[in-house]
Amino acid sequence: MEKVLMKGNEALAEAAIRAGCKCFFGYPITPQSELPAYLAREMPKRGGVFLQAESEVAAINMVYGAAGAGVRVMTSSSSPGISLKQEGISYLCGAELPCVIVNIMRGGPGLGDIQPAQSDYFQATRGGGHGDYRTIVLAPSSVQELVDLVYDAFDLADMYRNPVLILGDGILGQMMEPVVFKERPARQLPPKDWATTGKMGRQKPNVINSLYLDPVKLEEHNLKLFKKYQEIEAKEARYEILNGDDAEYFVIAYGICARIAHAAVEMAREEGIKVGLIRPITLWPYPKKAFEEVLPKAKAFLTVELSLGQMVEDVKLSVEGRAPVYFYGRTGGMVPTAEEIFEEIKKMRGLS
Amino acid sequence: MKVVFERPKSLQATKTHYCPGCGHGVIHRLVAEVMDELGIQDKTIGVAPVGCAVLAYNYFDCDMQQAAHGRAPAVATGIKRALPDRVVFTYQGDGDLAAIGTAEIVHAAARGENITVIFVNNAIYGMTGGQMAPTTLVGQKTETSPYGRDPQIAGYPIRVCEMLATLDGPSFLARAELTDVKNINKTKSYIKKAFEMQLSGKGFSLVEILSPCPTNWGMKPKDAVDWVKNEMVKVFPPGVFKEPKEG
Ligand SMILES: Cc1ncc(C[n+]2csc(CCOP(=O)(O)OP(=O)(O)O)c2C)c(N)n1
Ligand code: SF4
Ligand SMILES: [Mg+2]
Repeated sequence: MEKVLMKGNEALAEAAIRAGCKCFFGYPITPQSELPAYLAREMPKRGGVFLQAESEVAAINMVYGAAGAGVRVMTSSSSPGISLKQEGISYLCGAELPCVIVNIMRGGPGLGDIQPAQSDYFQATRGGGHGDYRTIVLAPSSVQELVDLVYDAFDLADMYRNPVLILGDGILGQMMEPVVFKERPARQLPPKDWATTGKMGRQKPNVINSLYLDPVKLEEHNLKLFKKYQEIEAKEARYEILNGDDAEYFVIAYGICARIAHAAVEMAREEGIKVGLIRPITLWPYPKKAFEEVLPKAKAFLTVELSLGQMVEDVKLSVEGRAPVYFYGRTGGMVPTAEEIFEEIKKMRGLS
Repeated sequence: MKVVFERPKSLQATKTHYCPGCGHGVIHRLVAEVMDELGIQDKTIGVAPVGCAVLAYNYFDCDMQQAAHGRAPAVATGIKRALPDRVVFTYQGDGDLAAIGTAEIVHAAARGENITVIFVNNAIYGMTGGQMAPTTLVGQKTETSPYGRDPQIAGYPIRVCEMLATLDGPSFLARAELTDVKNINKTKSYIKKAFEMQLSGKGFSLVEILSPCPTNWGMKPKDAVDWVKNEMVKVFPPGVFKEPKEG
């Protein structure tokens, strides 16, 4: 199979087309601009729809309409734009509509900057908008994984009738790496017999809706959603453990941060420190199992993020006080070096 | 026996929640009659707003989506782009369309999005209990303009048809009043024209309907109709604001 050298944002766009994405709606923002530019060029040639919306609010509601009409649909943005989409994401979850939402995160709060960050973790994994809901969150750490997870994102969305977020960052989006677009066997997915396509001979109209004025009905609906979320938690959590076999200390990092953390782990290994890396691939559901696996032998954990500490809460919830959890983070678009993380690993060992 | 009046096929057999004398029910019926007459019930997808008409999906007998407040034109855009051979309409109130959803309606119109918009202007926020709307008349008393809308504080009503008529995208823009038989028939003819525009691919069409809200205007149904006739039409003159040139 052919390897091609591509920027993360462009590879993501190509993978979406290959995964059967028929419609894309988005509003320009750095650092994800190559993605819509690629789709603007390719979608019309390949039977798809590209439309630049008047805002992220409009874009996410166009996603709602197209998802409700039964097609595969995607939008992408970066942090401030994702904030604007939150009402729409809440509606998409309430109405159980499948779609893929890409957040190439940048520094915040407010207008922040356009450098890489991971400070939208809370927003992504805790719902972000109003109401009792969850979105599946995928966090690739290489351009190849980005491509592979795009296919999975569309499948998971259709399988569970739920939005799926791909959480990247400015580095991943801009980075050039070789990728292979693997042909994948079509997954068995439930038919979209709920879609509003026009009745077309159907007896009863289909309705896409998140309104349940009767609280008894809304509780029923939310409990149904909750059951679905529990199923996702049981089946879809993903992670990778590197250098884990004999490890006594663990660094936890996701996305681009995991790449840097891995370099730090290798440095520590050279100095004889028995340290491994836990890399969550799904941020929701959070891969608690990874911790169950290593807790019997783990002396301490170090969470590294491009934020001042968000995922670390999930690490603590997973460790449940059974070992110390340390944190190291840079913020505002600053990225730690492997050396910086290496120093933190040494500190962790010294403290525990 | 000859049937002279019956429920349009495109309306469901159910009770509505609309107040006595409310315009929404009549407008639903007109839209449904047009769907029947054009034979498009089976390929139509409607978009319900947030407002008194939020439950429109329980009344129209066609596929429906319920949209977030003001976003119906964006939702309709998503549906229409995904399924270009279907008929897509939005049904929106004045708060929905001319306040929170102003960006979406203006840009759908500017794109010439091939959808039809039924815009119910009752000069008030009905559903939330009678607050000032973007279309509330100067001097009109509402919950949030208790001394009457004062332009010094709250500015002036928005004339949607006139505003959208400055754009190149729309094919058909018209305003009608839901007051007497003649004008109700005219409303229906505009609605039909609007759907025909979409069917012939001419792009964005919108019908604004001046519609009574007796409940939140604090009037009897008959007085509410008179208020549309005597006061609303002065600020919102009925007529056709844009239509394709003949030939
Ligand atoms: C984001 C958001 N803001 C506010 C509301 C509350 N709300 C519900 S209906 C409505 C106004 C509806 O008025 P209009 O569009 O004129 O419709 P009408 O009820 O008069 O037909 C408002 C403000 C909401 N549901 N969502
Ligand atoms: S409150 Fe007004 S707009 Fe709403 S149903 Fe009653 S009369 Fe109609
Ligand atoms: Mg109103």
